[in-house]
Amino acid sequence: MTTTPKLTLGPVLFNWKPEVLRDFYFRMADEADVDSVHVGEVVCSKRTPFFEPFIPEVVERLTAAGKEVVLSSLALIMSDREIAQARDLAQSDGILVEANDISVAAQMNGRPFVAGPLLNIYNEGTLAALAAMGAARACLPAELAAEAVTALATSTPMDIEVQAFGRLPLAISARCYAARARNLSKDGCQYVCADDPDGMAVETLDDVPFLAVNGTQTMSYHTMDLLGDVAGLAARGIGRFRLWPQTFDMVAVAALFRAVLAGTTDAGEAEDRLATLCPGAEFANGYIHGRPGHLFVEAGD
Amino acid sequence: MASLPSPSPSTSTSSTRPELVCPAGTPAALRSAVDAGADCVYVGFRDETNARNFPGLNFNRKELGEGIAYAHERGAKVLVAINTFPRAGQPEIWHQAVADAAKLKADAAILADIGLIEHAHRTHPELRLHLSVQAAASNPDAIRFYAERFGVRRVVLPRVLTVQEIAALNPRIAPVETEVFVFGGLCVMAEGRCALSSYVTGQSPNMNGVCSPAGEVRYTETSQGITSELGGFTINKFAHDEAAGYPTLCKGRFIAHDKASYLFEEPTSLNTLTMLPDLIKAGVTAFKIEGRQRGRAYVAAVVQAFRAGVDAVMAGKPLPDIDLDRITEGGKQTTGAYEKAWR
Repeated sequence: MTTTPKLTLGPVLFNWKPEVLRDFYFRMADEADVDSVHVGEVVCSKRTPFFEPFIPEVVERLTAAGKEVVLSSLALIMSDREIAQARDLAQSDGILVEANDISVAAQMNGRPFVAGPLLNIYNEGTLAALAAMGAARACLPAELAAEAVTALATSTPMDIEVQAFGRLPLAISARCYAARARNLSKDGCQYVCADDPDGMAVETLDDVPFLAVNGTQTMSYHTMDLLGDVAGLAARGIGRFRLWPQTFDMVAVAALFRAVLAGTTDAGEAEDRLATLCPGAEFANGYIHGRPGHLFVEAGD
Repeated sequence: MASLPSPSPSTSTSSTRPELVCPAGTPAALRSAVDAGADCVYVGFRDETNARNFPGLNFNRKELGEGIAYAHERGAKVLVAINTFPRAGQPEIWHQAVADAAKLKADAAILADIGLIEHAHRTHPELRLHLSVQAAASNPDAIRFYAERFGVRRVVLPRVLTVQEIAALNPRIAPVETEVFVFGGLCVMAEGRCALSSYVTGQSPNMNGVCSPAGEVRYTETSQGITSELGGFTINKFAHDEAAGYPTLCKGRFIAHDKASYLFEEPTSLNTLTMLPDLIKAGVTAFKIEGRQRGRAYVAAVVQAFRAGVDAVMAGKPLPDIDLDRITEGGKQTTGAYEKAWR
């Protein structure tokens, strides 16, 4: 018997204004057909204080709406402030935590947590080690192909999650490229990353879209779209798909994924509707087909 | 086998004399590094189990055995990097690499993957384990986890921390040792957490042991000069009178907000020779020179320079003034993340 795959709304990776972010989560609580919603700053600890005061009401609203809420940790933890923040997060009672750095997972002391996509989970041995530490589910790195994803899903009773929509987190650095692009330092960044709510587009010298910068994080320029692949992956035991929020209509995006997984909408038709929902977006699904991540492989290719 | 000396139980009992850890992509480079004064040489097997899986490089088992013998006879150690992430369903060659490193009496294995570290700890408890930079352990909680859970003795720090941060970190993780990069190519992303290469080319450091692989590189002559491409994307353009550099994708010129620039980092090399006193004071145990893909002359020159630098600091003498410009990328140098201003 196969269970219905679940949908996760990943943490908002960008620097959205706190009120905008709060309203985004309120709308997700009220309207989005997703099973889990992630909240929390993953990329830059300098941004954390702004949204923190809103988290309790956001969590309450999401929980009241029947969503599972997950608090996501920072990905790169270096300073004392970041270490303290991560330790506090690991102590959260009654709410699931996503570890995006191994130090967070290490502090869970066997309590259930989500092994995040920014941990390096490439094989069964690592999956088993994380399960022994308390991982209840694992979101896999973006660069894994369907073959690896399937092998991992069949090796474990743990719920395996695959990234299915949105700009992919590809790298993280100590240096802030949003600041650097404007001749600012990270310390004096003036929070310029907020100017690009979907990340700062990076093009080649031939004006070809290449990457996107989200502060210290480098992302794909292309928007990941696995609408054509999720049904097949679900049939191979992938229990959960992650949608990374962008400024697109995420309620409508989630509805498309749900409809395709339920078999009520054909993937081709859903692709057309997604293109309308995401004006200007270029789509990619190369990784899951074992190809360079920026490519889009048509179904049947 | 029996003639090989046993590995010492610890590579360092005090932090006063740091080790110089040098690269060797070939048996000849290993001998050059040892002869030039390396305390340790790090190497990899000739396959995707190590993060420098380049054609024509690295060691087979016989060569490694001979290399270890050569090093041990001269009082130097050999560390074996098995620092890619085993493929799902196919961990055998990684497990074999760990078993062979142990059998050949390598002084340590440098590992990145949690599953592989757990395997090595369980099946080869006598093998000393170092945590690869690819594991991206950037804080004391992460480092203590690897030490307490798997007995990891040394961590190679990702190039994200300042010297001050490293100085604060060391007492908090003792007796775990730290190793830092002092010279060579500069990763500007946190190592082990970068999928840019696979995004562009399908091959990545974590999965294939390569970044910006040569097979995906193309140079095109135009009327303006030379364009370098990686995986079909233009990484840089050079005028006729400019030297066309290798298109490492994070060292390219790109456009953001209508401005072309070296957005991530200029083509440059890390050189911390002048920082050695600070790094020694910070309690760093080992200094790592990058460049297993480089030739013997490079290895010898860098090892000699840093040997002289470390020896001078330890003797309380001024640093030697050694110009390494000719072996840095584009003749440019940086101290990278070790200075806060880099961020």
